[in-house]
Amino acid sequence: MLTQFLLHRVRSVLDKPTLGPVRTFGGGNRSTSPVDVLRTTLTFGQFGLFRRPHNTGTKFIRELQGNYAKLTEKDIATLVELARSAEPQPPPTTPATAATVSITSPDQLRSYNTDWTGEFHGNASLCLRPSTVAGVASILAYCHERNLAVTPQGGNTGLVGGSVPVFDEIILSLSRMNRILEFDEEHSTITVEAGVTLGRAEQHCRERGFCFPLDLGAKDSCQIGGNLSTNAGGSRYVRYGSLHGTVLGLEAVLADGTILDLGVGRKVRKDNTGYDLKHLFIGAEGTLGIITKATLSCSPAPTGTQVALAGLPGPFEQVRWWLREARRSLNAHLCAFEFMDNDAMTLLRAHGDGFGVPLQGSHAFYVLIECGTAADTEHRALSPLETYLDAMTRADPRVDVIMAQDLSQSAHLWGLRESLPELVRRSGPSILKYDLSLPLPSFYGTVEAVRERLRQHKLDARTFSWGHVADGNLHLNVSSEHPRDMLRSTLEPWLYDVVQQHGGSGSAEHGIGVLKTRLLERGKRPEVLQLMRRFKALLDPKGILNPYKMVDAGDAGCRRP
Amino acid sequence: MPPPCFRVLVGVKRVVDYAVKVRITPDHSGVDTANLKTSMNPFCELAVEAAVQLRERLGPERVPEIVAASVGPTACQETLRTALAMGVDRAVLVNTDAAPVSDSKAGSALQPEPLDVARTLAALQSRLQSNLILLGKQAIDDDSNQTGQLLAGILNWSQGTFLSKIEAEKEQDLLQVDREVDEGIERLRLRLPSVLTCDLRLNKPRYITLPNLMRAKTKPIETLSTSDLGVALRTYWQIVRVDEPPARRQVTMLKTVDELVAKLQQLGVLDRA
Repeated sequence: MLTQFLLHRVRSVLDKPTLGPVRTFGGGNRSTSPVDVLRTTLTFGQFGLFRRPHNTGTKFIRELQGNYAKLTEKDIATLVELARSAEPQPPPTTPATAATVSITSPDQLRSYNTDWTGEFHGNASLCLRPSTVAGVASILAYCHERNLAVTPQGGNTGLVGGSVPVFDEIILSLSRMNRILEFDEEHSTITVEAGVTLGRAEQHCRERGFCFPLDLGAKDSCQIGGNLSTNAGGSRYVRYGSLHGTVLGLEAVLADGTILDLGVGRKVRKDNTGYDLKHLFIGAEGTLGIITKATLSCSPAPTGTQVALAGLPGPFEQVRWWLREARRSLNAHLCAFEFMDNDAMTLLRAHGDGFGVPLQGSHAFYVLIECGTAADTEHRALSPLETYLDAMTRADPRVDVIMAQDLSQSAHLWGLRESLPELVRRSGPSILKYDLSLPLPSFYGTVEAVRERLRQHKLDARTFSWGHVADGNLHLNVSSEHPRDMLRSTLEPWLYDVVQQHGGSGSAEHGIGVLKTRLLERGKRPEVLQLMRRFKALLDPKGILNPYKMVDAGDAGCRRP
Repeated sequence: MPPPCFRVLVGVKRVVDYAVKVRITPDHSGVDTANLKTSMNPFCELAVEAAVQLRERLGPERVPEIVAASVGPTACQETLRTALAMGVDRAVLVNTDAAPVSDSKAGSALQPEPLDVARTLAALQSRLQSNLILLGKQAIDDDSNQTGQLLAGILNWSQGTFLSKIEAEKEQDLLQVDREVDEGIERLRLRLPSVLTCDLRLNKPRYITLPNLMRAKTKPIETLSTSDLGVALRTYWQIVRVDEPPARRQVTMLKTVDELVAKLQQLGVLDRA
């Protein structure tokens, strides 16, 4: 089995077109000749073979740890004191102690060091939790001077390993910066600190009759700072649009401790004076600066919403037609349009646990639609969603539709859709998750192509697909008994090439983190990637912010001592 | 002799949706219900589902008609639409919008109280000649748990309350029911006519399919007023004050008996040995 594994590794290297020398942070180049691969596999790969790698660092054998400073006791003491003294004066209840603003015990650090998927484990020995932007700034200034690497962390719900250290970077948690600073009803804006959870922000807006412009399944844990840093999409993107459009201003701290006020707290929406720098930080995954506050634009909440679940006999063109018609007739009322395929529905039915799937029978595709209702619909009149569904079912009577009658039923239908990631996790030993953006004509064809490829390579695997079809966002999951690496080398980079050929994106909303850095190397044109690296070198010349992730700054004039 | 028919009347109430977090008005006179999502009382949903399932089990010859009724403002029509979409044949709204309410004082309940609802349903029963009335065990806004019992008293019918099972015996006008009581499950045999109130474990209300929803839009809803039925609405109780329940005190989990003893001694419940 060892031989098979090694042969497989060699084959996978040879299959890939040469990328040129592999870049590492240390400035050294590592060749990809089979002998070297074998050698490194023997050194590091045995960990992967016999047991789960403990540390992300050993897993990523192509990267060498960057030559940052090592954290000393004196560093820890100074950083903790900087964080503590930046606490608000006079303190709200008791004076802040070292224990309030920092964590050093390995037991407590475990949850900060491990990401949500359980795939990535860091080795940080210090986590700092300031509650003011002054604290963040002084910490970063010190780390910049001492050349200490820092990983910013919010709710730690990311799916690409971007929120935990790779080696022993200091974790800077924004969780204690959690005040909702202002809600302006007239301008319909909300200003929050980065550590506010999405659920709290949403509730705050809802209580005042407004909607926060983002909705994710992880809303009770994920934080606004992280949402902005990853440019989160979510299930109501079709209604709210991108964060690039709804963020009116933000405050960020650069690697050297400079605090940038990029319009946070302002009420005006139009300001064409100079370059709009806040967009750089949205989606930068904490590699250009740490976001500490943000002002977002809210919209008035609809009087009510209706949720319907429809089972369509297919083919996928029917889903596309439903989407087109929904956009046309529901227009601004449309809040969400999600899809899942029959395999995903089978998963729900099988792993039940009390989930009643209210639709009987088998369908090729399922569509979950949420639509706002106009105020005071006279009881006889059909709501916009009912009119649309009536028309669609007349055109094809094989379609089955159910409509939720109260909030509990709506929540149940959404629960079906939102429980899919968790159910997939339990469906098999090896799970591969793909978050793809595709133009609709090639949307489901990609799923079929993946199945075909697995069949050709005689790999027994099941696919489960769902996603925000209204945004062209496909979540394709592959579940199998075969080892992950085997699946991965069969599907990657082939799948990403296919997606690129169709003009899509290999990471629609999950981001790059540490898992998908290859997408940048392969997917972006060299001059574009070069420019990204120059931005990174400009804003973080020492490369201390969230290193080893996103854009590698090794090549673009970044110099480190 | 043909087996007896069940002429079913189901009472449904429109309440603030179960999942909505409500707030007390600043003057503590009640709950602020303005602009909140409303839907059918969850226990009434169980009653409607029970009626529809009864027909599915016994057939339309034995359950020729199921009527849903609601006593409240015009907006209750949306609740009746839901009942129609679940399978009820027709609906009656006893509209209280224009009904004069005597003795109305500030702080009194703005909706008809259980005794008046029971009287109204009794009057409706005599019009419809129903012999089986299904209700939810209580409404989630006032939690009164009175209407079913009062109605049975007014009509002098048998009653089965807090039901978790309903079975109709073949060829007889008898029902076998299970009641959820403090001591466990009580099994009763009731002779029609009967008033039944439904509890959580009775069934799981169905989701409404689109064709049924569309059909419901065309089914008739008859509107009557309380005076048509000869009922005068009155206020019997006055709400003095509404407060939130006291905040839950922190819960400490104890691991050993020693800890428990020490804690109880600390609280002065146990004497120190």
